[in-house]
Amino acid sequence: MSLLRVESLQMFLDSAAGPVRAVDDVSFEIEPGGTFALIGESGCGKSMTALSLMRLLPDVGRVRGGRVLLNGRDLLALTEAQMREVRGGEMAMIFQEPATSLNPVLSVGRQIGEVLARHGALRGAAAARRARELLDAVGIPDARRRLEEYPFQFSGGMRQRVMIAMALAGDPALLIADEPTTALDVTIQAQVLELLGALQRERGMGMLLITHDLGIARQLASRVGVMYAGELVEVASRIDFFAAPKHPYSIKLFAALPRPERRESVLETIAGSVPSLTTMFSGCRFAPRCPRVWSRCREEIPAWHGAETGYAVRCHLYDAVDAQLAGGGPAAQAPTEESASSLQAVEAAPLLEVDDLKVHFPIRQGVFRRAVGQVRAVDGVSLGLTSGRTLALVGESGCGKTTVGKAILQLLKPTGGSVRFRGEELTALPAARLRRLRGEMQIVFQDPYASLDPRMRIGDIIEEGLSALGQGGTPPAKARRTAELIERVGLSATMLGRYPHEFSGGQRQRIAIARALAVAPRLLVCDEPTSALDVSVQAQILNLLKELQGALGLAYLFITHNIAVVEYLAHEVAVMYLGRIVERGAVEEILREPKHPYTEALLSAVPRLDADGRREAIVLKGDMPSPSQPPAGCHFHPRCPRAMPQCAAAYPAETRLGDTHRVRCFLYE
Amino acid sequence: MTPVLLWTDALVFLLVACGIASGIYISRREYLLASWHRVGESRAGMASLTLLVAFVVVGLIDSLHYRPRLEAASGQPGGYSGEVRSLLDVLLQPLRDGTEKTYSAPLAAHLYARETVELPDGSQARVFPRLKHGGAHLADVEAEWGRDVTLRTLRGAALAVLAGLTFVALAVLFAARRWGTGWQAAWRRIRRGETRFAWHAALAALGMLLLLAGPALSLAGGYHVLGTDKVGQDVLYLTLKSIRTGLVIGTLTTLVMLPFAVALGLVAGYVGGWVDDLIQYLYTTLNSIPGVLLIAAAVLMVQVAIDMHPDWFATAAQRADARLLALCLILGVTSWTGLCRLLRAETLKLRELEYVQAAQAFGASAARILGRHILPNVMHIVLISVVMDFSGLVLAEAVLSYIGIGVDPSTISFGTMINTARLELAREPVVWWSLLAAFVFMFVLVLAANLFADAVRDAFDPRLAGSRRSLPGKMA
Amino acid sequence: MLAYVVRRLLYAIPILIGVNLLTFLLFFVVNTPDDMARMQLGIKRVTPEAIAHWKAERGYDKPLLYNRNAEGAARVTNTIFFEKSVKLFAFEFGRADDGRDIGNEIRTRMGPSLAIAVPTFVLGLFVTVSFALLLAFFRATYLDFWGVVLCVAMMSISSLFYIIGGQYLVSKVWHLVPISGYAGGLDAMRFLLLPVLIGVAAGIGSSTRWYRTIFLEEIGKDYVRTARAKGLSELAVLFRHVLKNALIPILTGVVVVIPLLFMGSLLTESFFGIPGLGSYTIDAINAQDFAVVRAMVFIGSVLYIAGLLLTDLSYTLVDPRVRLQ
Repeated sequence: MSLLRVESLQMFLDSAAGPVRAVDDVSFEIEPGGTFALIGESGCGKSMTALSLMRLLPDVGRVRGGRVLLNGRDLLALTEAQMREVRGGEMAMIFQEPATSLNPVLSVGRQIGEVLARHGALRGAAAARRARELLDAVGIPDARRRLEEYPFQFSGGMRQRVMIAMALAGDPALLIADEPTTALDVTIQAQVLELLGALQRERGMGMLLITHDLGIARQLASRVGVMYAGELVEVASRIDFFAAPKHPYSIKLFAALPRPERRESVLETIAGSVPSLTTMFSGCRFAPRCPRVWSRCREEIPAWHGAETGYAVRCHLYDAVDAQLAGGGPAAQAPTEESASSLQAVEAAPLLEVDDLKVHFPIRQGVFRRAVGQVRAVDGVSLGLTSGRTLALVGESGCGKTTVGKAILQLLKPTGGSVRFRGEELTALPAARLRRLRGEMQIVFQDPYASLDPRMRIGDIIEEGLSALGQGGTPPAKARRTAELIERVGLSATMLGRYPHEFSGGQRQRIAIARALAVAPRLLVCDEPTSALDVSVQAQILNLLKELQGALGLAYLFITHNIAVVEYLAHEVAVMYLGRIVERGAVEEILREPKHPYTEALLSAVPRLDADGRREAIVLKGDMPSPSQPPAGCHFHPRCPRAMPQCAAAYPAETRLGDTHRVRCFLYE
Repeated sequence: MTPVLLWTDALVFLLVACGIASGIYISRREYLLASWHRVGESRAGMASLTLLVAFVVVGLIDSLHYRPRLEAASGQPGGYSGEVRSLLDVLLQPLRDGTEKTYSAPLAAHLYARETVELPDGSQARVFPRLKHGGAHLADVEAEWGRDVTLRTLRGAALAVLAGLTFVALAVLFAARRWGTGWQAAWRRIRRGETRFAWHAALAALGMLLLLAGPALSLAGGYHVLGTDKVGQDVLYLTLKSIRTGLVIGTLTTLVMLPFAVALGLVAGYVGGWVDDLIQYLYTTLNSIPGVLLIAAAVLMVQVAIDMHPDWFATAAQRADARLLALCLILGVTSWTGLCRLLRAETLKLRELEYVQAAQAFGASAARILGRHILPNVMHIVLISVVMDFSGLVLAEAVLSYIGIGVDPSTISFGTMINTARLELAREPVVWWSLLAAFVFMFVLVLAANLFADAVRDAFDPRLAGSRRSLPGKMA
Repeated sequence: MLAYVVRRLLYAIPILIGVNLLTFLLFFVVNTPDDMARMQLGIKRVTPEAIAHWKAERGYDKPLLYNRNAEGAARVTNTIFFEKSVKLFAFEFGRADDGRDIGNEIRTRMGPSLAIAVPTFVLGLFVTVSFALLLAFFRATYLDFWGVVLCVAMMSISSLFYIIGGQYLVSKVWHLVPISGYAGGLDAMRFLLLPVLIGVAAGIGSSTRWYRTIFLEEIGKDYVRTARAKGLSELAVLFRHVLKNALIPILTGVVVVIPLLFMGSLLTESFFGIPGLGSYTIDAINAQDFAVVRAMVFIGSVLYIAGLLLTDLSYTLVDPRVRLQ
């Protein structure tokens, strides 16, 4: 008997526009000890499915039909009191945001103790002992002391471990993990994923893993289900699925991933957008965006095929013509467009030279708020960039990479060092001169929702730079330029009169790019421009950026934590750790032959789709220290698997390993 | 006659002009229109808006002031009376002039106090004398009063129904034309509330209002509908006159403090540094003085200044008006701090947003960023706090006037009405009508303002509107 | 922690100086002592001698800021600013127009004020928080809807009517307790009951609505979902998780008024004839006794600043993030 069996689950959300069919006819099973990964892009209904199982829906949501059998008992038929016995007991859940999911004013011990009292009837000393065991089990050292502490005293990764300990406290048979590592850095993610896998093996627990990251699913899952627009479209074992996905949507998802071997080609994208879930569907939900659509797709809702073989897919392509397709299958088509030219003649003179850049923020304390110390957010960063090239600045959150970008643009006043743009020293430039240069260097931000003023029309937003810098000439000339720009980024000039809220995340990011392009910049600082976007949309933006670089000769300073994007887009890479660049060089050098132990660990921590066994996953110990109190010597040595005594003594100097490859590590001195 | 423009009149009309201007501004901006449409969709919002409009109309009519010409005395060029009247006084002339000797109950024909009168036979008796105006047309009160009152009430109600039907018919015809449907269909949709805007709520509120106003109007021709007060003034007249004072305090106070609060809040939040410290110090200091005491101190000072310089004012009305305006200013000075603090906090948040940083990356000046990006994005907070403050200010006026630091005693307001009537419930027999009239009018005004403010807040700050959730237990 | 408290204390000093300067400006510069004298003595028939006498009696016959005729330190100290404003810092308030010492008066009147204000405050807080919790528990039901309607209606009624109506019903119609007056000792109960109940009733509307909004905001947060995912009952979630977090915003608004309870309530005390500081203030305003008003303004500010300090300290009790950093 399976541990969990979901049958035709249907859940609607009430809205002004009618019921939103957030979860529609979803069925799957989880074996004891098995992991079922629910994959899909944002808004596809995967989290809502999990909340329906827990019966923790928002107040507008109601389950309309189906059964949820946990160990044979239908959860949807239980009374609320019975259901409370199940929640946190037989079935526990961990959430995406460890920062907000723990109660800030209760100690960790109390929050775990609550579950022990509720489901294990443990109190007092027995409960304290059990709580300590749980913290030990999830790898939190010094458990006795940590139980007295509050969530704000834990780092993000540690908080997620606390969440896991809390979920384990009821000794659940099924653990639901809703994007458990999305809010974490990649090295911390590796720690947590390893922990989840180990715990599951030890306890023989079933797991429902919800993720948007195919790599994570590949690492942890035994079976995989792909959701699109509220329904499952494909359910298969992990091995079969990752060998050859069958549904056109899944195929598209894989093809949209940026990968090194796709560097010279255009990424596949999915046309259009997810349909509104308030509509009554009469055909396949993916039909409007499907490259292999045919008339039947629009008229008839596809049925499941191949359920008996363990590889089920919901697509008409596998219908009557099973045999014919079995051979060819709707395989990914090779991209037809010619590769975007990125190999321009390298200009002799560098566009941007940054030397020993420092940005320190004072820490104020005491009665008179005197500066008692400094956060060395950026502590001696040097880099250079020429026209038509992309330099990726890679690092985890808090390493200072965004601060570097802002300091280069003089949006933050650097504490020291020099920034030369086209030979001019920006840090010493009078305000009026600087203002004239601002047109030549622009920035694209991470959050497409915060980067456009909600009170302005798109036309005014794009025109803003022209008006602020007094460029663009007469109003009609400006209007022409605006129309040109919006079409340049792939939108229509008819959209200029609209407001940002009418646009999707990807469209907003295009508008933000058009706004930056308006003043004809030579340097574009891209601060994580795709990290808030779904994979298929990310592919569109990456294609656009690549195409613009080829056409306009733009230089990109690409700030990111996403290694896959670096592999696809960058020419050079600089890896930052705690305010300093630890390694830099050409993209092949860094990604193929990383020298610095941190770079090695960072690269190996990324969950891979093509695990070729070439690299052993290196899981780093501990968290990144605070930049206000960096460790003495090499900042990385407390976490470094290859640390030597001298690492604690001094920060290593830069070693040249080739024409372009430089590293700061004693291993290479 | 010669028109007189009191200071508060000028500001009231300025406010009306601002209202019209912002209406035009809003109608050109989709995102603002969308929010106002949400106000229109709220039943409570539309009903309370209807009532507020009625109050505002009375207030505006009462803001058109003039001085009547005096009868030219034998060949002399006629001067102007020292008394300032408003259009409302003209409309309510009979009520205004129909003063009695002292208390009389609502709709009474007799005074509420016995008087000793000399009977025709020379003997003296203590009787309730007939009123000079209320029910004076009745020859035999005993016999005719009931019939007369009923008749007048019915006549008024009939008029109200007629007027109400006219309004409904106009609305239905307008709607039918707009939607291109027949009038029956339009009526059905309005009646069932299937329209986008809650027209049925507005019409219902209007109907209730007419049903009360019609009979009152009809009865007012022959009686004191709400009785008379201690010096024989008609209570209905007093309550209607009080409306303007309440509205002026509730709106002008906001008008005078708004520029300071907005400018200082934005600058403190955006510029930061010592400017921020200074502005914070300023409002913390002002805030630390208990409001009532600061108002009391300031009003005492204004009173001294006004009393010291009787020559500043041509008429008593102008003097009272100056004091009303001063009260608005003082209330404004004491009440801007809350909004300023809110705006500072919001600006601090907005300053870090990426669209502001994008503007900074273009080298846009602080003034440009404040004007183009920050101000439009905090306007909803300003609006919400303006409508929320209104009801509080109307209530504050009553308390302050009661304490004696409010409006001039000669200004008719809810506060002065309550102040003069406060001991009436302790009388034997009880005189309840002045207090009840003030209570009901004030309650309706403040309640309508509160409900409207809620509708505006829900429409403009969906974060709060969405905070209603239900128990997780009731599903499946 | 200690540095934080010391810093808050130091910050209070410039604010008190600001308040002092402001009152000085308001009472002595905008209107001169001459104006005040004329006002008190009647505008029409007032002689210069009478004014001089009035000023001398109250010590207003000195220069404002700098005394040319005095010697040494007295040049600064023998002035209105020093005598009337600076001395407020030492809590020397001088004498009222009736000749009584203001400081003494304040000390004796504090008792009755507190006797009303403290029970009103405590009972009011208890009632409104309970009511708000009830509404939050039954959120999005009819009970909640009508509860909110009741709150809006109650907050639309002027506090004057609560007092007038309460007095009329309870004392005049039902003859339950005396209408007004005050007595010491246990006897005071009879006189305090009505004003306290009325004070509580008058505050129910707006406070309940505010607390309800806070509770609902907390209920929407992620950690509440976590608590439910543990299998806790809705009541446990409300009392163990939501209430404790909601205390932080509630304290912000509540603690600051605690010291101000000393000042009593202007309206309640004057309606019920309670000899507290509230009625003292009202009498002073009506008699235009500037010395008393000035003293009360200063005390009010001191108490308000004390309230801000208490608020900051109270955070450390409920919020570990403040306590431990």
